[in-house]
Amino acid sequence: MASNEEILAGLAEIVNEETGLAPESVETDKSFTDDLDIDSISMMTIVVNAEEKFGVRIPDEEVKNLKTVGDAVNFIANAQS
Amino acid sequence: MARKVVITGLGATTPIGGDVPTMWANALKGVSGARTIEADWVAEYELPVTFAAQVSTPASEVLSRVEAKRMDPSTQFAVIAAREAWRDSGIEEVDHDRFAVAFATGIGGVWTLLDAWDTLRAKGPRRVLPMTVPMLMPNGPAAAVSLDLGARAGAHTPVSACASGTEALHQGLELIRSGKADVVMCGGAEAAIHPMPIAAFASMQALSRRNDDPEHASRPYDVDRDGFVMGEGAGALLLEAEEHALARGAKIYGELAGTSVTADAYHITAPDPGGLGATRALKAAMFDARVQPSDIVHVNAHATSTPVGDQPEYVALKTALGNQVESVAVSATKSQTGHLLGASGAVEAVMTVLAVYERRAPVTINLENQDPQIPLDVVTSARDLPSGDVVALSNSFGFGGHNAVIVVKNV
Repeated sequence: MASNEEILAGLAEIVNEETGLAPESVETDKSFTDDLDIDSISMMTIVVNAEEKFGVRIPDEEVKNLKTVGDAVNFIANAQS
Repeated sequence: MARKVVITGLGATTPIGGDVPTMWANALKGVSGARTIEADWVAEYELPVTFAAQVSTPASEVLSRVEAKRMDPSTQFAVIAAREAWRDSGIEEVDHDRFAVAFATGIGGVWTLLDAWDTLRAKGPRRVLPMTVPMLMPNGPAAAVSLDLGARAGAHTPVSACASGTEALHQGLELIRSGKADVVMCGGAEAAIHPMPIAAFASMQALSRRNDDPEHASRPYDVDRDGFVMGEGAGALLLEAEEHALARGAKIYGELAGTSVTADAYHITAPDPGGLGATRALKAAMFDARVQPSDIVHVNAHATSTPVGDQPEYVALKTALGNQVESVAVSATKSQTGHLLGASGAVEAVMTVLAVYERRAPVTINLENQDPQIPLDVVTSARDLPSGDVVALSNSFGFGGHNAVIVVKNV
């Protein structure tokens, strides 16, 4: 099980790989769409990669609730526990 | 009177050069882009053909990592070539609603398609990435070029196997002549050096088996030719209505004076042995350009180096050009680049335009014993073209019986 900090770092790595955004710009209060300018296709790629990395399942209907990076970190942390 | 269409920008990424200046310098020198493929899958699948003509500058050296990730290799090549043609044209402002794209491919995103299939089988449907569809679709190169350059007057994708790249120029000319666009980015892209297409082309006996000597494998017109060499890359040409180019003081390489497309309706893969479809295409293109056989000084031939393909093209040239065929300098540049399939017509169009512009015909390599059935005047060392008005042709033929011809004139 990963700590929230480790999940955030892992997500930042995935976001960087997909979009080129600097990992340090991926902060918990950032909105995926409004702040990080991530479109729905990139978001799904990030979700699939996060599932693989953290060994969790993020259902499609859940993805729309992950507005901020923090939402995603919390979801993954809960799913792992 | 139809609008005159001129060529004002050129781009390419090919096995003999990652940009137009490098490719052209090599084309005049005479080099081979064919090499043994350095990939594990050649041995893994025991492919009967172990070499190909891969691009000399990998796309990863030109595009950013994130950019490349979202594009199939065929689209990567298209974007690289189109950006070069755009820069080369020096165009600064364009009415985006009057700017179109006609960018061809023969096969499209075959790497993406088959990678996704491998992923599905190995890891299940959840791991098939959401970018798979836009990356594998055959209109991917045209769409990406349109998006990259802001071309909003339509993004078209002619698909006619190995005639595709030439058919893109046909479509571009029509778009400008008909008044639907003033500027068109035309071209072709292909990235099919993947084990499955190699196996499939080898299975139909289309590929050279000269595995121990790749550089001498592509040998159009030679008695020992035994098939084509798979190539990859892209070519791009910016077409403009003449008045549009003149108004901005553009450098003009030449005029795209005419084009034509015909179909053999003879056999799905074998060329019509009498070259009838190709002959009709040649005659129609010359008619479209309002030129006579006696005006033609140079032909960039389709000449893929297959035993069955090279000779019918000669028959067609002889029928369409008559006695003039003896006075035409013929270049078979696939001897250098290999066969870029749906991109070949675009790359060869770039070479044809440069031949007319610089009055130099590029080299055919590996011609040691010319087939007596093909008595063409083949250019084996770079040759000057005559001064005065000159006209050149470039031919492309594709599986399915597709024939496409363009006519380029000096300005």
